[in-house]
Amino acid sequence: MTIITKLAIAASLATALTSVSIAQDNLKGLVVGFSQIGSESGWRAAETSVTKAQAEERGIDLKFADAQQKQENQIKAIRGFIAQGVDAIMVAPVVATGWEDVLTEAKEAEIPVILLDRGVDAPEDLYLTSVASDQVKEGRVAGQWLVDTVGDADCKVVELQGTVGSTPAINRKQGFEEAIAGHDNITIARSQTGDFTRSKGKEVMEGFIKAENGGKDICAVYAHNDDMAVGAIQAIKDAGLKPGTDIKVVSIDAVPDIFAAMVNGEANATVELTPNMAGPAFDALSAYLADGTEPAKFIITESKLYTPADNPQGEYDTRKGLGY
Amino acid sequence: MRRLRLERLANPQLLALVGVLAINWLLFPSFFNVTWQDGRFFGSFIDVLNRGAPVAILAIGMTGVIATKGVDLSVGAIMAVCGAVAATMVVAGYPAPIAVIAALAVGLACGLWNGFLVAVLDIQPIVATLVLMVAGRGIAQLITEGSIVTFNDPSLIFVGTGSFLGFPMAAVIAVVLMVLVTLLVRRTAIGLFIQAIGVNRAAASLAGIHSRMLLMLVYALSGLCAAIAGVVVAADIRGADANNAGLWLELDAILAVVIGGTSLLGGRFSIPMAVLGALIIQAMNTGILVSGFPPEFNLVVKAGMIILILLLQSPYAALPFKRRPAASNKSASS
Repeated sequence: MTIITKLAIAASLATALTSVSIAQDNLKGLVVGFSQIGSESGWRAAETSVTKAQAEERGIDLKFADAQQKQENQIKAIRGFIAQGVDAIMVAPVVATGWEDVLTEAKEAEIPVILLDRGVDAPEDLYLTSVASDQVKEGRVAGQWLVDTVGDADCKVVELQGTVGSTPAINRKQGFEEAIAGHDNITIARSQTGDFTRSKGKEVMEGFIKAENGGKDICAVYAHNDDMAVGAIQAIKDAGLKPGTDIKVVSIDAVPDIFAAMVNGEANATVELTPNMAGPAFDALSAYLADGTEPAKFIITESKLYTPADNPQGEYDTRKGLGY
Repeated sequence: MRRLRLERLANPQLLALVGVLAINWLLFPSFFNVTWQDGRFFGSFIDVLNRGAPVAILAIGMTGVIATKGVDLSVGAIMAVCGAVAATMVVAGYPAPIAVIAALAVGLACGLWNGFLVAVLDIQPIVATLVLMVAGRGIAQLITEGSIVTFNDPSLIFVGTGSFLGFPMAAVIAVVLMVLVTLLVRRTAIGLFIQAIGVNRAAASLAGIHSRMLLMLVYALSGLCAAIAGVVVAADIRGADANNAGLWLELDAILAVVIGGTSLLGGRFSIPMAVLGALIIQAMNTGILVSGFPPEFNLVVKAGMIILILLLQSPYAALPFKRRPAASNKSASS
């Protein structure tokens, strides 16, 4: 590569970067209130730290309020933001209902509201946009990976569901089933709830292994989150089998520990639930403030697939610092 | 004479366990197949022993508390705190034995705090232990900083996943603890004193029993048991999960004690029966897992079985089969 091409690439990169920063310069010095649900999971902690980092990068003064899982705290925080006269409000709503009054107050104060990660049951004109992942798509990406990996070979899958009746469990199950529909060689042999936890994931997997001929009949385990997959990996090892080889492991979330398992060859794939909901939210806000561009009402984040080919050690190192 | 009667009372629990295991065997014929693998027994029945151990350990401590007419709601949260302490200490580089001792000390301190509230400040046990039940999980989250602290220390992991003579370490710990505590309360007068306090604390005090001291002792023991269970659970998954470790296990422990025939009104108690109660609960859980029922049925099946077991223990259920019913048994089995 000649010096000139290198320079040209550097120059074009620099232009690309500056164009981003010019577009977002209008956010500098803005005050944005963020009402977070709490810190009930590692993912939530990562979302908080990524949001703070994204705000700092753009020169935004972020007012952070932790609601400790209570809607009344969130409503109080939003009222506080309105009283302070912030320029925009971001909310990760803890429940779907009961938001109309406070959102109307924000609208009357002409403060745009952006919902992160979960939706609400309120008229769409009460908020600017909602940034969230598509959980059905996450399941579909995981299922598609399995379809592509096993090809025509017969494959008995065991499924570790999330908490019974929870939205992510229902959607991630549906997405996976959609992806494997029409591939008769792949069947879900057993499906039980592991409550999204590592210890229940391990216990349920132990049961599955006993029930399926000591695990020899199981070709893959699909877990609705990485924590259950980490538990299942331990159960597979305890049964004298090799996770990742004898039983393939595919899960959703992309938390650091699943990358640590990938480094050891014990996990095969994970679908990312990105903690960066704030980035797209700030981009939408910037465009809206610049020239009044109404963003799409529902911004869907990418559901990226990670396999051991995607530098798991590097992913582990970067993610470990996010507070997962 | 008295011993013989106690043996007879054991029947409903043993029957229930045999019944649940028989149902498991019918639903899943290889339930009792146990093979030898990597230097340990391997099979569904071994899973029941291994997975039932944490609740059994909690139930051992809980029995003493319930026998004094109290209840300890904080054990699940104490598990989370102690697991977090052990995990963060080994990650920080302390040797495993030190980390475990520190975790047990923290559990003991939590138990003494509960005992102080109940015995000295005379707060009702359900309220006193509610304090730590709510706050404990927050403390655990502070220790782990909200994330799952994963560790790789082989000696700490051994506590949760190792084996002794082929049996899972967790089950061995539970059995040893059961024997020690049973000897402590049955070979000394402590058991009798606990029973006396449970029946009538004022009368027991008047009779010269140091009731404050004994209440502190039972709550401290419960905290210690919770700490052991917390370390076992953390070692099992090689990580301290502050949000989920021991979540709702206090209810399973209370249920195990009640299935074991100890009355919530205090008085008569049996530690081995409470451990048996924990095994019954786990036999149901494992049975549901291997049977292949859809998960939506889990709680319904469990609830149905528990109602059945409790009905079996009702003195009135035995009426048609006995010559001299209710009166003699009523105080004992409720």
